[in-house]
Amino acid sequence: MKALRDFLDKVKPHFEEGGKLHMFHSTFEAFETLMFVPDKVTTQGSHIRDHIDMKRSMIVVVFALIPATLFGMWNIGHQHFLALGQEVSFWQAFTFGFLKMLPILVVTYVVGLGIEVIFSQLRGHEVNEGFFVSGLLIALIVPVDIPLWMLALAVAFAVIIGKEVFGGTGMNILNPALTARAFLFFSYPAWISGDEVWVAGLKHGLQAVDSFSGATPLAVAAAGKIDQLPSAMQMFIGTVPGSIGETSTVAILLGALLLIYTGIGSWKIMLSALAGGLTMGLLLNLFAANPYMEVPAWEHLIMGGFAFGMVFMATDPVTAAQTETGKWIYGFLTGFLAILIRVLNPAYPEGVMLAILLMNVFAPLIDHYVIEANIKRRLKRAKVTVQ
Amino acid sequence: MSEKEPLFSSKNLKLITDPLNTNNPITVQVLGICSALAITVKLEPAIVMALSVMAVLAVSNVVISLLRKSIPPRIRIIVQLVVIASMVILVDQFLKAFAYDVSKQLSVFVGLIITNCIIMGRLEAFAMANKPWPSFLDAIGNASGYGLILIIVAFFRELLGSGTLFGYPVMEKIGLYNIGYENNGLMILPPMALITIGIIIWVQRSKNRQLIEEK
Repeated sequence: MKALRDFLDKVKPHFEEGGKLHMFHSTFEAFETLMFVPDKVTTQGSHIRDHIDMKRSMIVVVFALIPATLFGMWNIGHQHFLALGQEVSFWQAFTFGFLKMLPILVVTYVVGLGIEVIFSQLRGHEVNEGFFVSGLLIALIVPVDIPLWMLALAVAFAVIIGKEVFGGTGMNILNPALTARAFLFFSYPAWISGDEVWVAGLKHGLQAVDSFSGATPLAVAAAGKIDQLPSAMQMFIGTVPGSIGETSTVAILLGALLLIYTGIGSWKIMLSALAGGLTMGLLLNLFAANPYMEVPAWEHLIMGGFAFGMVFMATDPVTAAQTETGKWIYGFLTGFLAILIRVLNPAYPEGVMLAILLMNVFAPLIDHYVIEANIKRRLKRAKVTVQ
Repeated sequence: MSEKEPLFSSKNLKLITDPLNTNNPITVQVLGICSALAITVKLEPAIVMALSVMAVLAVSNVVISLLRKSIPPRIRIIVQLVVIASMVILVDQFLKAFAYDVSKQLSVFVGLIITNCIIMGRLEAFAMANKPWPSFLDAIGNASGYGLILIIVAFFRELLGSGTLFGYPVMEKIGLYNIGYENNGLMILPPMALITIGIIIWVQRSKNRQLIEEK
């Protein structure tokens, strides 16, 4: 570490104003602040100093994602060997999944960070850390067999159209990770929906044993075969087919605890999303016009990407509602709509993605009315005291 | 009578060249977006649409310019609409007779040329105050500017969305499908037309910084 510090100090002057490599200043600074806490302080005015800058808060989210990532890796291998009808050890499954997931992670980060660095460089901004989380999220919400060039295209689309055109990190309207997934979903539906894409190898002609179905719980339920759903315990632990990181509710809850404990993820959004999902589930149970609508409300919470979406995507501090009251409304509607789309629209087997994107668009409107209402209330109080 | 102006004086030429770039009806004035999103899935209908708009706009602009002194100001919009509507009906019937397939693809959007803001805008803003010849050039210029964007958008949407150009399977002939390439389904959906136009606007403004609005 000392050697690295010395090296950075040595080359630093080249990147400063007037140095030969000044044009690469953003790139240098991004690397330097990634490795070391910056010692820069403001020279004028008073500032509250805090160690939580964007890098630190982003890294907490990355830590929170680790359980889901590790579980996802193991589950890739587990599902693959299950399809083959083979019994393998824990490490064999994990290694297989790790090797499957590695290219996805590499492509996502290389493309995403590459574009971010280029844009920061062109605009003379600092390189922001937002993509560390977005990149990992993207890798966790795609099917394992997604062709890498499609993934690269989706990441480029999400970073450029979803984020950079609005001004970069912190200015985006839509969650970048979900933008990438929505791009894939509408561009190449054959690779991100159906019963074959969720288990490594099936799409490439792997012959599964007869008893094995690659269908996700959502697809099984949408087909009306409620009796064939995996047990609630299986879905809770996550040993079912699905996008890489979404299957295990346990692993996601571990991440959620860390996010709530550190205050980085809003517990209000998570709780109200849970309430929204349950409400819609109960409403559907009330009508129960088809087998899917009879699925117990609580079971919706452990199926598909509901838990993952509500814990890691809906709470995205940039695209969620900012006001405290707004968070309750935003979260509730996200959960509510997710289940509504999931059950009632056969074209979209998973409603969580669309529900969160839709509510991202409405979040500023919710905030606007919450603020207006607050102003009105306070004006009223002011009038009373004047009289 | 002042000195006679040459037919293609620099002022008149500007009427044609301006709408192609710095005063483009779609990317700068942001008019006519609705049809630009709807009929740019394939190149052929886009070109037919561009030609139809050009025919309607050219004739209406000249007619209104001829009538400009005798149209009572209070009912001018109605008069303009009557002229546009008659032209649109002519174009529609013409397409049905000679290009039935394309006419079916364009469906309701031929009729909707009546409501295309570019046409109303040119009649109101230009033909009502100028002589027939400049009005004609203005019509050709604006219709070309509109058509240019339509064709660029349709080119990318057909190539990337269907893998063809004018129905010719380009991507298949190059052999891209054999190495795992697939058509992009999103390109066929309207949102991608909007995004494509957005990208064109972005490129245009980064080349021509005068177009960027001040905050």
